[in-house]
Amino acid sequence: MNHLTAEFPAPLIEVRHVVKAFGEVVVLDDVSFAVRPSEVTCIIGPSGSGKSTLLRSLAFLEDYGGGEILIEGELLGYTDRRGKRERASEADINRVRRHVGMVFQQFNLWPHMTAVQNVAEALLRVRRLPAAVARARALAMLDRVGLAAWADRHPARLSGGQQQRVAIARALAMEPHIMLFDEPTSALDPERVGEVLQVMKSLASDGMTMVIVTHEMGFAAQVADTVIFLDHGKIAAQGAPEVLFHDETQPRLRQFLQNYFDRNAFWARRDA
Amino acid sequence: MSIPFDVAILTDALPAIARGLAITIGVWITGAVSGLGLGLVVAGAQMLTGRWVRLGLRAYIEVFRGTPFLVQLFILYYGGPSVGLKLPPLAAGILALGLYGGAYFSEAFRSGFESIPPGQLEAAQCLGLSRLQIIVRIQFPQMLVIVLPALTNLIIVLCKETAVLSVVTVPELTFVLTGIGTEKFAFVETLLTLCVCYWLLVELASRLGLMVEHRVSRFLELSGS
Repeated sequence: MNHLTAEFPAPLIEVRHVVKAFGEVVVLDDVSFAVRPSEVTCIIGPSGSGKSTLLRSLAFLEDYGGGEILIEGELLGYTDRRGKRERASEADINRVRRHVGMVFQQFNLWPHMTAVQNVAEALLRVRRLPAAVARARALAMLDRVGLAAWADRHPARLSGGQQQRVAIARALAMEPHIMLFDEPTSALDPERVGEVLQVMKSLASDGMTMVIVTHEMGFAAQVADTVIFLDHGKIAAQGAPEVLFHDETQPRLRQFLQNYFDRNAFWARRDA
Repeated sequence: MSIPFDVAILTDALPAIARGLAITIGVWITGAVSGLGLGLVVAGAQMLTGRWVRLGLRAYIEVFRGTPFLVQLFILYYGGPSVGLKLPPLAAGILALGLYGGAYFSEAFRSGFESIPPGQLEAAQCLGLSRLQIIVRIQFPQMLVIVLPALTNLIIVLCKETAVLSVVTVPELTFVLTGIGTEKFAFVETLLTLCVCYWLLVELASRLGLMVEHRVSRFLELSGS
């Protein structure tokens, strides 16, 4: 293995044989993959395929029954106590995921705080930065997502796209090494999708390591290094988008992708 | 036909009535404040502690919501001395009000805490905020706005429950006025005055509650999203 590790940098995320079940229903079935620094991985698949559960597991918002998730080489969520697996303490979990940022479908901003307060909160309470420093950094983050002018607005007075950009700024403020996105544009008006994808593209080109659950196939095709197709909790196909999106050998993947091709057929015809 | 209404009975006893009113307001406020404090602690503790403490807290809530306030007061005041808890009427009254109110307040707070969307808490968790920080910084301020109408209601109920303290000789408004009523055989004057006084207090509290509600909900801009 040594010749391999010399050639590739160590993965930031390693998922090894992860299994999760809700009662009888198996949600994740022996899932394994790795994400290396600056890689963008998109997870696609039909609803109920377990893609959100998988992503949430990477921030330990979901526990997992078997297997291992390593974040920068450290086991996430569990400790090994005399050969027995035990749930790690809150402090331990927070330590392992301190460099993981998460962006949610529903933005999950705190409505009683302004945009800049949302971004500064963790800098104040977790990093314990002085108020002025935290605010300055929060403003810089809002500027990065194009919202410096909206810093003192409450979420209720921002559009969905703006709220999601604040949520991205909030995660970025903590200087994550990895950003997780759980269907970040699915709750947005179609007109607002572009501004969020634009921010994500610029993150990708800055070298941010990202794992993205998405239905935006065009975005995945442009930005992803690896696309993972999840079906019934299993990785059914995995590869570079230019290969995977034209893979004719997998009927389930073809069928899934066909829906998107059909929806976009209008444009394809005009282009032809 | 006319109901005899002798104003002199009231004006003659005005200082005593005023003292009674002052005591009513005093026990009401101290009782409500201690009830609010207790309720908040109980609601918070239910989120932070383990199963056994939680079970104890649930038992407290069930007992104090499930039995009449009058009976609780009797047990505390007359039963207390047998376990070494000998309280003067006023202290017993305030303590009983606080315990009774605390059970209701804690339930209001708990439902308020639970109504915060879990996604907001997950976001906070991912950013590394501790459980306590999430409660204090994220849940608490939003919870307060949500439960404000319920709190106003409960505070109004407590106002009227202070009348019960008269049975353990707390010299509050009901005690004073019913005393005058029996002594002078002037029930119409005294009971009517009593009603008007409580009604005024309740009206004042509900107006105040509405004012606070308007202020904070405008400040927090929670409506719509």
